[in-house]
Amino acid sequence: MPSAIVNEYFRTKKLPQIWCPGCGHGIITRAITVALDKSNLNRDKICIVSGIGCSSRATGYLDFDTLHTTHGRAIAFATGIKLAKPELTVIVITGDGDCTAIGGNHLIHACRRNIDITAIVFNNNIYGMTGGQYSPTTPKYDKGTTAPYGNIDKSFDIPGLAAAAGATYVARATAYHANLLISLIQKGINNKGFSLIEAISDCPTYYGRKNKKGDAVDMLEWQKKYAINVTAASKMPPESLKGKFIIGEFKNTTEPEYTDEYQKIIDNIGKE
Amino acid sequence: MSNKEEVTEKLVINKEWCKGCGICVSFCPKNVLTLKDGKVDIADIEKCIECGQCELRCPDYAIYLRGKKNEK
Ligand SMILES: Cc1ncc(C[n+]2csc(CCOP(=O)(O)OP(=O)(O)O)c2C)c(N)n1
Ligand code: SF4
Ligand code: SF4
Ligand code: SF4
Repeated sequence: MPSAIVNEYFRTKKLPQIWCPGCGHGIITRAITVALDKSNLNRDKICIVSGIGCSSRATGYLDFDTLHTTHGRAIAFATGIKLAKPELTVIVITGDGDCTAIGGNHLIHACRRNIDITAIVFNNNIYGMTGGQYSPTTPKYDKGTTAPYGNIDKSFDIPGLAAAAGATYVARATAYHANLLISLIQKGINNKGFSLIEAISDCPTYYGRKNKKGDAVDMLEWQKKYAINVTAASKMPPESLKGKFIIGEFKNTTEPEYTDEYQKIIDNIGKE
Repeated sequence: MSNKEEVTEKLVINKEWCKGCGICVSFCPKNVLTLKDGKVDIADIEKCIECGQCELRCPDYAIYLRGKKNEK
């Protein structure tokens, strides 16, 4: 029998999963189940929605009410579910391509509306499923199938984008920092509003191989070495943060939530 | 589901699910684990402090603590 967490929250008949050896998506998927376990919610009132991509395959392994939708549209489907049944806890699993390329508009408007959805973005800096095309988070000058001489686009800072667009809970962790990731996802779920948690993953097969980043272990070592917690970073001189990236909680505020606002309209019209 | 599990006093490993990525081996603080024929293997269970780092980061759910919660 698998571990208690896996046995409880995974469709174990579908395991072993299909991801490549060392793919961070498996670590992040487990972290989501641990966060849900700790959140003590009614299992029948949770809906997990994904788009298309290696990351989005996660819903197929999770033993909840799940919806595996179309590329880029996870947040759009999730918005519909939340508006139809505001009592549900709605979680979105999406990739950097799914969420910030084809799905970028859905993302910014969900942030702006502050609709009570928790989106977990599995960011592996590439399109894994389709063979390593560069994505909006491929670092500048890094390579992809579609950028054999290096990508000249500046990459998105997903938490920065979400915070600026109006998300009320924004955070980042990595597959290596899985315990931090679990606590941030838990806090995101608790936030009544749009929460975005970026989970830095690793794709040794495409991003890793194309950019000579080594194997999965090397890529997790990199996460360990170059991540700095936001609290520590705030006390460090800017020059010592060069080449590093920040993890932790970036934004945690309270603002009116979309389905509540919508209910007010319904109630007011009923009174007329 | 697999029945090829190896149960020790502290850990359970499932070689059928293991893809030999080496993550658990590299991040185990006590060098308890190793790879043998491309799969996880226990080198020295005596040294295991049951910290759960291996279970936390195994992408394939192929290694976990036997601890209370995981007991059948
Ligand atoms: C409308 C549409 N356009 C393109 C595709 C092809 N496609 C499938 S997955 C994908 C990108 C996946 O990248 P990401 O979301 O970052 O997930 P990953 O596979 O890296 O986890 C693309 C372009 C598609 N399935 N549907
Ligand atoms: S291609 Fe990359 S993202 Fe997809 S399963 Fe393999 S390692 Fe993971
Ligand atoms: S529980 Fe900790 S000490 Fe024991 S094998 Fe796993 S990582 Fe190593
Ligand atoms: S982390 Fe999991 S899949 Fe990778 S070698 Fe260890 S047991 Fe096997």
